[in-house]
Amino acid sequence: MFTVNKKVDKILTLYLPLTMLLSFTIFPIYWTLNTAFKPEGDIVKRPLQYMPVNPTTENFVAAWTNVGFATFFKNSLIVGVFTVIAVLICSTLSGYALSRYQFKGKRSFMLMLLCTQFIPRAMMIIPLFVIFKNLGLISNPLSLIITYTAIEIPFTTILMSGFISNVPKELEEAAMIDGCTKLQSLRHVVFPLLLPGIVATGVFTFIYTWNEFLIALMLTNQQSKFTLPVGLSTMMGEFSINYGALAAGSVIALIPAVILFAYAQKHLVNGMGGAVKG
Amino acid sequence: MSLSQGVTETAINSKKTVNRKKIKKDKWVPYLFILPSFLIILGFLFYPIATVFYYSVQHYDVSAPYYNGFAGLENFKEIFTTDKMFIPSLINSLKWVVSEVGLQLVFGMILALLLNQTFKFRGLVRAAAFIPWAVSGVLASTMWSLMFNEHMGVLNDLLMKMGIINEPQAFLANTSTAFTAVIIAELWRGIPFFAITLLASLSSIPDELYEAARVDGASRWKSFIFVTLPQLKNTIVLTTLLRVVWEFNNVDLLFNLTGGGPAHSTTTLTMYIADLAVHGSNFGYGSALTVVSFGILLVFAILYLKLSRYEKE
Repeated sequence: MFTVNKKVDKILTLYLPLTMLLSFTIFPIYWTLNTAFKPEGDIVKRPLQYMPVNPTTENFVAAWTNVGFATFFKNSLIVGVFTVIAVLICSTLSGYALSRYQFKGKRSFMLMLLCTQFIPRAMMIIPLFVIFKNLGLISNPLSLIITYTAIEIPFTTILMSGFISNVPKELEEAAMIDGCTKLQSLRHVVFPLLLPGIVATGVFTFIYTWNEFLIALMLTNQQSKFTLPVGLSTMMGEFSINYGALAAGSVIALIPAVILFAYAQKHLVNGMGGAVKG
Repeated sequence: MSLSQGVTETAINSKKTVNRKKIKKDKWVPYLFILPSFLIILGFLFYPIATVFYYSVQHYDVSAPYYNGFAGLENFKEIFTTDKMFIPSLINSLKWVVSEVGLQLVFGMILALLLNQTFKFRGLVRAAAFIPWAVSGVLASTMWSLMFNEHMGVLNDLLMKMGIINEPQAFLANTSTAFTAVIIAELWRGIPFFAITLLASLSSIPDELYEAARVDGASRWKSFIFVTLPQLKNTIVLTTLLRVVWEFNNVDLLFNLTGGGPAHSTTTLTMYIADLAVHGSNFGYGSALTVVSFGILLVFAILYLKLSRYEKE
């Protein structure tokens, strides 16, 4: 009797609510996949097909070649990769300074980083447009790379300084006593221990650039320079929407973000929790 | 004083200066390290913000450059007196932020409490539950627009099967349902953020506290109220604050699902600004609105931090 009660209890307080919340989470993704694999005619057909009856990949071909998702994908990739490189260089350096050195202005610098978190993104789109118009960089991936780097540095600096603080200073000093130069001890001792943190920070930055919409929309006006979110948004705004291709395009945009997220999930969860906690 | 002594002293002194020089040289290292970050933040975060304040007191219309020039407080006067969109959009912002952050906190807490228990495949379930966090606003919009759609939307199909509605509804085109529809879609994307941060602090609560509560005969609900909540307080305060600012500024779903319509029923203040910036040309007026919205956020942030600190004492 006792075990039955315990089982019922576990179902009511764990499995049932968890299943409900998970279905809420998973279903929209499932439905997008379902739509993406249906031929155009079947998408609006009633009764609605909860599984594709005649599965096809024609929507993916249409999205990739006709709509231009191949170009959007390439543009997003370029912006993402270069932003990640720039952010990692800057935030590792400043994170190292914050974690290992005491210096005048350190508190002000940290306050400056904190302040940036309260700057509304929508507040920046008009001045950014003017700045990059004057620099002749509208519809140039460089404008997005610079802006995203600036936006991501504060948070990733705090993340990196946390990761660096986790590498004992004594290890570094021991390596130097053993005859390593400062640079060698950084490369052979600190860097390998820091690698998981660097990967997590890189993934975090990449997902942000991959997903950012408003700034990309404001700073890009040529279709050949659209990133994935801008391409998807433009497609949604068209008069007659090709739903199959839209769903396929969504899947194309979704896959890299989800794979990266699944890969770095654990580090991100720890890092984000830590950053928010203190 | 003998000569040798003097030599030694000079040697010691010079050694000291060498050391001091080395320290002085080292002093530059942290500054060198933060320099790139500092310059980029200054040039592409703080400078743009400063120019918003400058533009807000200018007539600055790209399509009518003849009238460009100093405007004083005219833009602000227009916002508070003649702009018919300002107050309704502010009310929509309030509705948007309160319902989003409130619902995300409640459901995020439930999800975190569930995921903190032990069960099979917990790692996999956690990853699946957190996926929407990695999904962009635009992507969430396309996904939910496929579900809300009048002709092919699965939501209509399900609701009709359950007998809740009789005929398909255009949820996003109807003034009575559009706002709720966007709120649900954004909720989908927002729950994981709360769940992730809350889960991180949940797992750091020592088990002894719960054991002590159990020994004292506390029910599960009581130990949640008297053990869990107080332990989570700081995380809740900070996460809520961050999220309020974030949701106030967030327009991706509003922009793509409804575009602020129908009949401006989903136009929040930020949506109004984004629309002016993307589709309009009056950058001076848009900047003034931006300054107002920044002021609102600032007042909120200060009040919130003061209140939450006040409670602690």
